[in-house]
Amino acid sequence: MKRAVRIIFATPLSVIGVILIGLVVGSAILADFITPFPSHRGTVVDFDNFNQPPDWTNIMGTDLVGRDLFTRIIYAYRISLILGIVVLLLAVPLGVTVGLMAGYLGPRVRFVLMRTTEVFLSIPPLVLAMSIMGVLEPTLINGMMAVTVMWWPWYSRLVHNLTLAEREEGYVLAAEVIGASRFHIMFVEILPNCFPAILTKMTLDLGFVILIASSLSFLGLGVQPPTPDLGSMVAEGARYLPDSWWLTVFPGLAILVAVFGFNLLGDAMREVLGTHQ
Amino acid sequence: MGNVLNLLIRRVWISLLVLVGVSILIFLIARVIPGDPARIALGPNATDEQVIKLRGELHLDDPIWKQYGYFASELLQGDLGTSLYTNRPVVKDIAQFLPATLELVFAAGILMVMIGLPLGIISAKYEGRFLDNLIRVIALLGVSAPSFVWAVILMLLFAFFLPLFPIAGRIHTDFDIARTTGFLLIDTLLVGNLRAFFDAIWHLFLPAFALALSGIGQAARLTRANMTETYRRPYIEMAHSYGFPGWRVARKYAFKPSLIPSLTIIGLDFAAMLGNAFLVEAIFAWPGLSRYGVAVILRKDLNAIVGTVLIISAAFLIANLIVDLLIALLNPKIRYARRSP
Repeated sequence: MKRAVRIIFATPLSVIGVILIGLVVGSAILADFITPFPSHRGTVVDFDNFNQPPDWTNIMGTDLVGRDLFTRIIYAYRISLILGIVVLLLAVPLGVTVGLMAGYLGPRVRFVLMRTTEVFLSIPPLVLAMSIMGVLEPTLINGMMAVTVMWWPWYSRLVHNLTLAEREEGYVLAAEVIGASRFHIMFVEILPNCFPAILTKMTLDLGFVILIASSLSFLGLGVQPPTPDLGSMVAEGARYLPDSWWLTVFPGLAILVAVFGFNLLGDAMREVLGTHQ
Repeated sequence: MGNVLNLLIRRVWISLLVLVGVSILIFLIARVIPGDPARIALGPNATDEQVIKLRGELHLDDPIWKQYGYFASELLQGDLGTSLYTNRPVVKDIAQFLPATLELVFAAGILMVMIGLPLGIISAKYEGRFLDNLIRVIALLGVSAPSFVWAVILMLLFAFFLPLFPIAGRIHTDFDIARTTGFLLIDTLLVGNLRAFFDAIWHLFLPAFALALSGIGQAARLTRANMTETYRRPYIEMAHSYGFPGWRVARKYAFKPSLIPSLTIIGLDFAAMLGNAFLVEAIFAWPGLSRYGVAVILRKDLNAIVGTVLIISAAFLIANLIVDLLIALLNPKIRYARRSP
């Protein structure tokens, strides 16, 4: 708890980061209450007000079928955050387990696991996710799977490196001497010492998952309409540049704000927890 | 030099192994597709006989390891099959679109090194002061938005509101440049048309900058982080106490050891840019692999998907190989080691 406070107030920038995250997460949770037109997240059509520049009723303008852009952006946050959390909940345990095993279970296991990891890491991340989306139907669930498949190797590499250093420590030797099982040593002894680095990476990554997922849907390979999504909103609006600039600029800035917030907090965690890689 | 050569051979060997792994992975991804690839290829109006015939031709009824064997032997002969989308050999399609993408990525890579590293050096030299904080915020903003967002913002600002740069395309349509390599910057020089050459650079700048921004941020952040650590070493204090000018200490003593980890990250960012080029190309109507790649993915054109991913991964592995070689050449520990580590 004390550490959390220290992280938040580490620098002025980390305070800004926490405020940005608070706004993004808070608005996503309370979307039903704070957005002016909650029904606009679906297939509402209002041709009297389509493609309007920002004004007092629609502070970010309206889209091509007259839906309030601000409302859709807040609901898009909700989906992005859920996607990011689900991806990390799947990718982190998988990557961490592989990394622990590769680091602790000896050279043969390491060879197989780390070479596999390397194969995944040698396809540019976005291209790997794209090719997976290529063979699957573009839905939210499949998008989560595609991003998970490209994400776990980064954790297995991180934890592998940490484990290599940790297993030389005295406490591991002590546990080995009293005959603790390998499972116990990996998950109860070594893993807790990797937590600061893993948590830091997760904070930074929540932003980057949102970024990659929006890139996928920007290419038409992610969440499909009418579900609001920041990436596909930019793609749709890009055809109407420069006249309808609000269609692209606001969703684009929305991505920037969210990812920037997580990056600021992640940086502060890195500094306070000493988890430089 | 012998050590560097040994290291290089070892790295080439490992890269080839990884490329085999990538081909297996991509092959497996392409084969778990729900539905029958033969039926997808032939369309909904095909008869059952046609489907059975094509399944035979594509070896789809053989066990999967045998299928991979066929795939790999064709691959070794430089054959990636036929694209169902363009009805042409995939190799030809890629050869047509890849140079434009590579040109964009190389230009972005150069911008990343030329802007990102100096920003990191300045940031570290003025650690904790205003300039440092300013650069840190800019670098963090750079990595915080996908490149298509930067593409949109740069395009609005510098092509529409301030019409300094062209809006889209690789070169003005008035120029008719014979295609030799597909790299416009080379082709224009080959025909000796300097005006076309500068026009191509002028078209290249905004997309390359949009693509480079996250890499610039990443390179600046990492260089700064490594250099501030190096600055705490005693030999830096010694250099200062000898009275060497601050910039010389920064460049020669603090930056040089920090360059090696920065180079590693630059290699990784290069990989990311090969993917992100898809996003920038879409905004700037850049005639590269992007439109082809997305089109074949949406059409589930398996040969083309596998081919595109393989070529991009190969390009990435080659880039990493070059980075490894540079590191080996720069690092005296490797250069002068008795045996390669």
